[in-house]
This record gives sequence, C-alpha cells and structure tokens, in this order.
Amino acid sequence: MSKIRLLVGTKKGAFILTADGKRRNWEVSGPHFAGWEMYHLKGSPVEPNRIYASQTSGWFGQIIQRSDDGGKTWETPGGEPTTTPDGMPKGESNKFVYEGEVGTHKWYDGTQHPWEFKRIWHLEPSLIDPNTVYAGAEDAAIFKTTDGGKTWKELPGLRNAKGHLWQPGAGGMAVHTIILDPKNTNRIFVAISAAGVFRSDDGGKTWRPMNRGLKSQSELPDPDAEVGHCVHRIAMHPLRPGVLFMQKHWDVMRTDNAGESWQEVSGNLPSDFGFPIDVHAHEPETIYVVPIKSDSEHFPPDGKLRVYRSRTGGNEWEALTKGLPQKDCYVNVLRDAMAVDSLEPCGVYFGTTGGQVYGSANGGDAWHPIVRDLPAVLSVEVQTLP
Amino acid sequence: MIRVVLPFHLRTLARVESEVQLQVGSPATIGSVLDAIEAHYPALRGTIRDHNTLRRRPFVRFFACKEDLSFEPLETNLPDEVVSGAEPFLIVGAMAGG
Repeated sequence: MSKIRLLVGTKKGAFILTADGKRRNWEVSGPHFAGWEMYHLKGSPVEPNRIYASQTSGWFGQIIQRSDDGGKTWETPGGEPTTTPDGMPKGESNKFVYEGEVGTHKWYDGTQHPWEFKRIWHLEPSLIDPNTVYAGAEDAAIFKTTDGGKTWKELPGLRNAKGHLWQPGAGGMAVHTIILDPKNTNRIFVAISAAGVFRSDDGGKTWRPMNRGLKSQSELPDPDAEVGHCVHRIAMHPLRPGVLFMQKHWDVMRTDNAGESWQEVSGNLPSDFGFPIDVHAHEPETIYVVPIKSDSEHFPPDGKLRVYRSRTGGNEWEALTKGLPQKDCYVNVLRDAMAVDSLEPCGVYFGTTGGQVYGSANGGDAWHPIVRDLPAVLSVEVQTLP
Repeated sequence: MIRVVLPFHLRTLARVESEVQLQVGSPATIGSVLDAIEAHYPALRGTIRDHNTLRRRPFVRFFACKEDLSFEPLETNLPDEVVSGAEPFLIVGAMAGG
C-alpha cells in the first residue's frame, strides 16, 4: 500500500507526518532541529529517502541538512572534518556566497543597497539527479549544488535580469519558488518577492523577466514595469509545463505560454490576496488558493478558513469549508505551506501560522486536522511513497 | 588544552556535549580558537562568524574570565587562565526577549 510522508517546516523545528494510503491515521515525528527556523524541507524525486532541509537562525545563520533515510537521521553535508594536502582545515558546509562583484539592488528608500545573504527559503531537488539541488535565497539569488549539498555555487545570471531594480517587500527579497520543467531540463522558473517571475531556458545561465500582464497599480504605477511585481507563489502541473498559475500580492493569474503573458483569473474569489496556490495532481485545470482578507490583515475574511477550488483553471471558484473552522479563525497560510499528493483521489494539505496542518483525502471536499498545535508552519511538502 | 563552551544550538549542530577541548598553538588568540573550532567542526563554519569577512555574527558574543571579548580584535591573546585550561572560553548566543 502507498504511504504518504509530509515534511513540515515550522518556526521552531521540523516535523515529519506519515500515514498509509488511507490517510486517516498519522504518526508525528519531531521536532527535528528543535528551536531552529525550518524554512523548507523537500525530498528528491529520484531518491525519496534523500531529503534536504533549510535550517536557519537569526543568531547562527544558515545550515543545510540532508537525510538519506527518509528523515530518521540527518547530517550537514561537508560538515565532517577534513584537511587539504597542505594540512589546512577545509570545509565548505553551509557556504553561500554571491558570485563576483556583489552588486546592489533597490532599497526601501529608493537608494541602492548591497546584496546580503540572509537565508535559504526554498530547496528544489533535481528531477533527475539526487545530488543536484537548487536553492532560493534571501537576498534574492539562486544557488546550485551538484555534490549533495556540500558546496553551493550561485547562478549569477538571475541577478543580471535587472536585479538593480528589485526591491524588498516587507517580508524581505527572496527567491521563494523554483519550478523545474519536467519536459525541458534547461527550463527553470523562479519567483521573487518583490521582483516577479523569471525564466531560464539554458539551465540557469541567463534569465528573462516574465511579468507581462501583471498589474500592480498601488506599488508600481508603471503599467508596463518589467520587474517589481510581488509574486507570492507560482504552480505548475507537471504534464502541462507551459501553463502556470500565480497567487500575486493581489490577483490570481495564469499563463498559457510559459510566462510570456499572464491573465487574471481571480473571478468570484472573496479576496484575491493570498499566498499559496497549487494544482491538483490529476486534473491540470483544478487549482487551490486560500484567500486572505488583505495585505494589511493577514487572516481569512470573516474569520472563516476557506480553501477555494477552481475546476476551470480559474475565474469560477467554490469555497471548501467542510472540516475547516468557520468562525473566529485568524491564521494565515504561508506561500510554501500547501502541497498535493499523487494518490487517487488526490490529497491536499496545508499548514497554518497557528500550527495546524490540515489534510484532505478527497481533493478538498472535506478536511481534517492532522496536527493542531505545532509552531507556526512555514512550509509543507508531501511525498507519495510506494 | 583550551576549553570552549558552545551555546546549546551549536552543541547540537556539532554533536558535542557540554564543553569541548581544543589544542591551539601558541600564542592562543581569539582567532586561533575560532580557527580550531571550525577545523574540528566544519558544520559550525559560518555560524559564529561570517564565512568570508570572518566578522563575528551580530548575535554571538565571546566571554572569558568575566570579561566581554566580543569587540576585541581576533589577534587578541587569550587570558592565561583560559590558555592553562583553568577557565573556559565562552561562546554565547545573545538573549532575545519576547
């Protein structure tokens, strides 16, 4: 029977939730790395027991952890003592350094400000090689390892895509989404707050802004601004990599030409502000969002936690409420905190800033809390295991 | 041997308990102790001081013999009591309220 493994990153550690294919009874393992902010954990699609984790701290900086046994034990790649032939100590563990001249980006006051590495928000393991992983950083940059996380090298072409015009939002300036095209190994999408979507067609060497059609009137008076859009999340169905869906600061959008142009599909949503967006595992036109009241009030409208599902690729949305709190609920769902499994029917999961992780084993028709009292959830990933 | 006390999170990261003991060449300085820690425990590289600039991370402090050494240059010699092992070199995470 299939097995489901949820990888949950929280403000105070990581948790691993497992269940069989019925998805009724869950076992909770953790906290792993107790007390640390665990921004993101993700398993290799090639070797599912190989899991990478981003562990961060305001005190002690960035750590990368790796497990080769499905999260039972962990190591810091490159963290073992080694010496060079001349006897000098060597160890590149956790080292993220911008390539070449550091350069500057736009600061809150409009002046230019040097890039400063803060943390890794998102880890995206390669679809074909368990030792290759892409990492999305704050301040916004993409790094790559090809040795299982021992050493990391920036792909600096991304910051050449008008990086001097990028500007942090209130939550910082980070590469928070990385999507690898399963049909074209040279194509990578990233999303950055508050810069927009960027695409590489040559494996990450060069990048282009892909923001035509995005409107951000309040923040960007220029209707044709190439960069500066606060994209919160993008999602793709692997069988249809030319179609992407976006939850922007405001507006839910879609593209049918791999980002060349975007159209709004917010339709009848009660609010088109939100953070996560995801696509059903078997229905490429079925998408999920969690509307949030506004950018000033980061909680659900009317105190009702509602996932909205569109089965038409946007514009027509239905509220999914069964099993979710429908009064006095003021949690948020962060951008990396929603995921889908690939069982039939499709399972959908999300975590909240109140520490709940909700799951649905029927595509969102009904929900149940898997855990209720974790620290604030930063990220949720799901692995469907044989 | 120089005794070094690490903060809780760095002890778990380095997989050590209580304090660690390190052989450091003479003269023993703040910098040479940090070099020795990072050589023995590469997982701690970047957690105490920046990978490149080698500047102390803002919320990490150094103490020895009831003195705050956080703002002293890396070339500063450690007190005799630390060099002899009578007193530990303390690496401390700054307090945070809330």
